[in-house]
Amino acid sequence: MNTENNYNRYQRQIQLKEIGQQGQDKMAQAKVLIIGAGGLGCPALQYLAAAGVGTIGIVDFDVIEMSNLPRQILYKVDDIGQSKAVTAAKRLEALNPEIKIQAYNFQITTKNALEILENYDIIIDGSDNFATRYLVNDACVLLDKPLIYGAVLRFEGQIGIFNLVDKETHSKTNYRDLFPKSPDLDSAISCNDLGVLGVIPGIIGIMQATEALKIITGIGNPLTNKIISYNALENTFYDFEIVANTNSSIDFPKSKLAFLDYNYEWNCNTNLNIEALSVEEFDNLRMKETITIIDVREKGELPAVNEFLFTLIPLSEFENEVSTISQENKIVVFCKSGQRSAKAVKILKEKFPNCEAFSLAGGIKYWKNKYNKT
Amino acid sequence: MEINLLSFGQIADITGKSAWKMVGVKDTNELIKNLEEQFPALSTIRYSIAVNKKLIQENTVFNEKDTIALLPPFSGG
Repeated sequence: MNTENNYNRYQRQIQLKEIGQQGQDKMAQAKVLIIGAGGLGCPALQYLAAAGVGTIGIVDFDVIEMSNLPRQILYKVDDIGQSKAVTAAKRLEALNPEIKIQAYNFQITTKNALEILENYDIIIDGSDNFATRYLVNDACVLLDKPLIYGAVLRFEGQIGIFNLVDKETHSKTNYRDLFPKSPDLDSAISCNDLGVLGVIPGIIGIMQATEALKIITGIGNPLTNKIISYNALENTFYDFEIVANTNSSIDFPKSKLAFLDYNYEWNCNTNLNIEALSVEEFDNLRMKETITIIDVREKGELPAVNEFLFTLIPLSEFENEVSTISQENKIVVFCKSGQRSAKAVKILKEKFPNCEAFSLAGGIKYWKNKYNKT
Repeated sequence: MEINLLSFGQIADITGKSAWKMVGVKDTNELIKNLEEQFPALSTIRYSIAVNKKLIQENTVFNEKDTIALLPPFSGG
């Protein structure tokens, strides 16, 4: 872009004496990766692209659903069924053709995370599950990258910066200092279960983008070693000071090699003893014998499944319907990402302690993802 | 001795309140025991505890008018 256009576009930012042309140039040089192009990712992406961040990466393997639209504001009704990463990239290119946007339309795993993250200066966590949050946190610790954390539930949100050295204390902290272990399924509640008001991820996502711009330009005090909890109903911001956790029993991958083999999905489900089937185990089982397959997603959730036969019993009705399920064959329960199906298996086992019931690990999203690749 | 309690997310749902006062608890261990007796569902979830806005990792003795906050993790995005 020529200098005059550049000045035209960014003049309101360049006018700020704390930023100036120098700060704007730093933004143009910066590389920011956003994990998840959902409720947090959409507003963060829009503002970072608009502000002129030179390289933006988007990781998301999900497709757009109608139920995303109240908060995932980059998408339109016509986009339903399309890839979030690719659609978001298209919208951002239209907004600011002068910046580079890279879409990663696949799931982030221990096998690809280090390779992707290495190319970026700052990582923003806009994911929607604990397995990804711990995975991204640990990868950032191993690669020594600042991670801007955000999470939402109902009318509340949390934001903080991990793994960035505090200017005053010269210390840094991460997600495991805040929550050392991933929650078990009963406490691992996501927006799928409890809902969220659409503006909440908007507010938190924009705060994440703000912190990214502050780190890039070196202005103000970044939210290091702290987490802010926002409550929209009470209009309160409450901050917590995080201290490095010295408890040596915390289990996390201590080297890049250990990271590659670390099982995050399993780690987030350890307390329940739910037998989970991998995608391959599930496919082998259903080819080998007659099994009962149950979808516990709510009606109309995507992706639609037409590769095998199943019964739909939404988790919200599962307890009432559980006695109608036949115990004759092995039972495999699936949902979108594997959390609700594990809960359903727990309910099944409580009702029928001897039934052979399994949860599809990673859910139908993960299964579809593998299926499409092979 | 009186302390102030603040709760967030599911903890506020379980306890039915986001701010209240409590008397007669001397440290975080006693507080957790007391809360879990009152609200058994609390024992099924994980959360972090801050005393006067600073997250603690081990049992911490309270002083008069300390503010104790209970923060559960959120995963939504």
